[in-house]
Amino acid sequence: MITFSEQQLKTPKYMRDVYLVTGGNSEFRRAFPEKRTEELCIEALQEACDYINTTPQELKKHIHSCYYGHFADHFGDQLLGEAVIHDRLGLDPLGNVGIKTGGATGGSTLWEASKAVASGYSDCVLAMGWERMDEVPTDEGNNYIASAADKDWETPLGHIYTGYYAVMAQRYWQIFGKEEDSFRRTMAEIAVKNRGYACHNPFAQAPLKITVDDVIASPVVAFPLRALDCCLMSVGAACAILADEETAYALTDTPQLIYVAAGSHTLRVADRRNMEIPLLPNETKDQYKDLGKEFPGGDRYPGFTGFLAARMSAYYGYRMAGVVDPTRDLDLVELHDAFTISDIQTYEDIGIRPYGLGRTYVESGDCYHTNPNTKAPGKLPANLSGGLIGCMHAVGATGIMQTIECMYHLHGRHGEIHGDERRWERFGKQKPADWEDLQVEGANRALAISHAGVGSHVTATIVVNPDHRLDK
Amino acid sequence: MPYSVDVVRGRYRLRGEFHSIERNQPIRNEAGKLCGVTNPRRLVHTHSYGGEHEFFEGVAQGRLIGTRCDNADCEVGYQSVFMPFRIHCPDCLQKTTSVDLTEVANRSATIHSFMITERTGAFNTLEKPIKFINIEFEGVCTILMGYLLCGEPAIGNRVVPIFASASPTYTILDLAWVPDGTSASELPKGFSSSK
Repeated sequence: MITFSEQQLKTPKYMRDVYLVTGGNSEFRRAFPEKRTEELCIEALQEACDYINTTPQELKKHIHSCYYGHFADHFGDQLLGEAVIHDRLGLDPLGNVGIKTGGATGGSTLWEASKAVASGYSDCVLAMGWERMDEVPTDEGNNYIASAADKDWETPLGHIYTGYYAVMAQRYWQIFGKEEDSFRRTMAEIAVKNRGYACHNPFAQAPLKITVDDVIASPVVAFPLRALDCCLMSVGAACAILADEETAYALTDTPQLIYVAAGSHTLRVADRRNMEIPLLPNETKDQYKDLGKEFPGGDRYPGFTGFLAARMSAYYGYRMAGVVDPTRDLDLVELHDAFTISDIQTYEDIGIRPYGLGRTYVESGDCYHTNPNTKAPGKLPANLSGGLIGCMHAVGATGIMQTIECMYHLHGRHGEIHGDERRWERFGKQKPADWEDLQVEGANRALAISHAGVGSHVTATIVVNPDHRLDK
Repeated sequence: MPYSVDVVRGRYRLRGEFHSIERNQPIRNEAGKLCGVTNPRRLVHTHSYGGEHEFFEGVAQGRLIGTRCDNADCEVGYQSVFMPFRIHCPDCLQKTTSVDLTEVANRSATIHSFMITERTGAFNTLEKPIKFINIEFEGVCTILMGYLLCGEPAIGNRVVPIFASASPTYTILDLAWVPDGTSASELPKGFSSSK
């Protein structure tokens, strides 16, 4: 049984408030054979400028240091790709650094960027992330992704990362899903929901109207996970501008507070040892004492059913931002739905539901924009962007894209950005006749989860309207 | 690409061809516009097992070697047994003691979880479908990942290790698993059991 010290569990504290000023996404696709990565990065930065009615030239005058998220040098076949982008953005001689934490790279980039502002090192910073996953065949791409597992102990076993999640899906289904077909259908419902929401997002790579049966009938990738349970391989970029209060209000009238926290756990699932569940503010000491009786095998924590890194990112992040109950205190979430199973696991890790009951977040309809059971607004809509399953997983950009999507909702500008006919045209797409504005009315607080490995790194980014902050 | 690598007086001695390059090709769109180029080449990496060499050598010899923290001052990890092999205890960072877990595995290895896949990434050498299994052992605090070569996996089923000791690759692929009770004649070619 491993334990953690008081010092390790201290609530992180910024030395001053950090604000999200603006941000932008490029279009996301499976391939951009006729665009260089820098073109996508500049597209994202231009979006961020347009969002606050400024120009790159003006915005760059405020930027003091830069944080670049780019997961895989392999994919781009370019070491120091960050230096290439920094130069092409014309940001020399500012200090810059590359950040790599697998699938959590986007969130980790915001983590580093926010600390630079919080510490006073910089008053305004650029956080930019991208990935280029189209310059090798898909099976080579799968090998590269599997290279993020332990190369001696895991990667040679098929070179297929989905397999590492599939063993979790199997275990979770048997313990918490009680081997019920209904649980499998709930997993599939996530894929249906997120691909459906992507239909309303012009940036999204894979909008698709499908049914639960389509997901269950899709080809097996790694049993029990099927093709439509899995996220996309993508190309694209996303960026955010973070600043101190004075700079933020000089650039926009409506900056939002941003808090970013991070957790980690073993790269190999094999190395997970048993521990007590670290409790979130909405959980009680005895809450899980009968978990093993209710769900035999479920008391081995985190075992293969939970992600300690996700739990710790929420443990730190909620306390930083004053969040007690995520369903009550947040208005929407963007979760790292790399696989339908990991999405359900994360509901529990971040306290949306207690351990063992993640499926009820979907089955209750709470995770929808409009609850399909009650037709009322969902209590805590999830992945209205389409998530990693429907929108994109251009790894280094993902956590930033999710945060920017949250920002649109908090500004009440989701419809303006996603419904703009010119944007659909610019991306060579037809705006759907049944396009819907998925704006969450009155949204003041949102959370984005960025997740790597088989839970090796996870960040929690919380964005808050300053008039509705909970930490003071 | 014929090559060999030895270590002589603490340094790699590399002989032969470790890399080659082929002529690249242009990439054009339907209109004939130049969009990019290919960058073909082949290369060989070397890699050190360091303190884990004992595990991989052990597997090649038909033994499953794990480690144990024997530091009585270690507040958390003392007497913890690790498989996968850990060179240092993750808690006190003292060197661990190697322990032969072959008999423990023969007696107690049980499937904790599993998955089956027909799809693999590039460079896969295993026959499909691949059956990943995660294996628990009595008295071991971690859960090893491996692959099942005979039968169908199910949580809770007993399995035993088999070893490619006749012609080892000195990688994790030399260690596979079969259901307990699999006879010697049923074992896949090139593998033997220590049971």
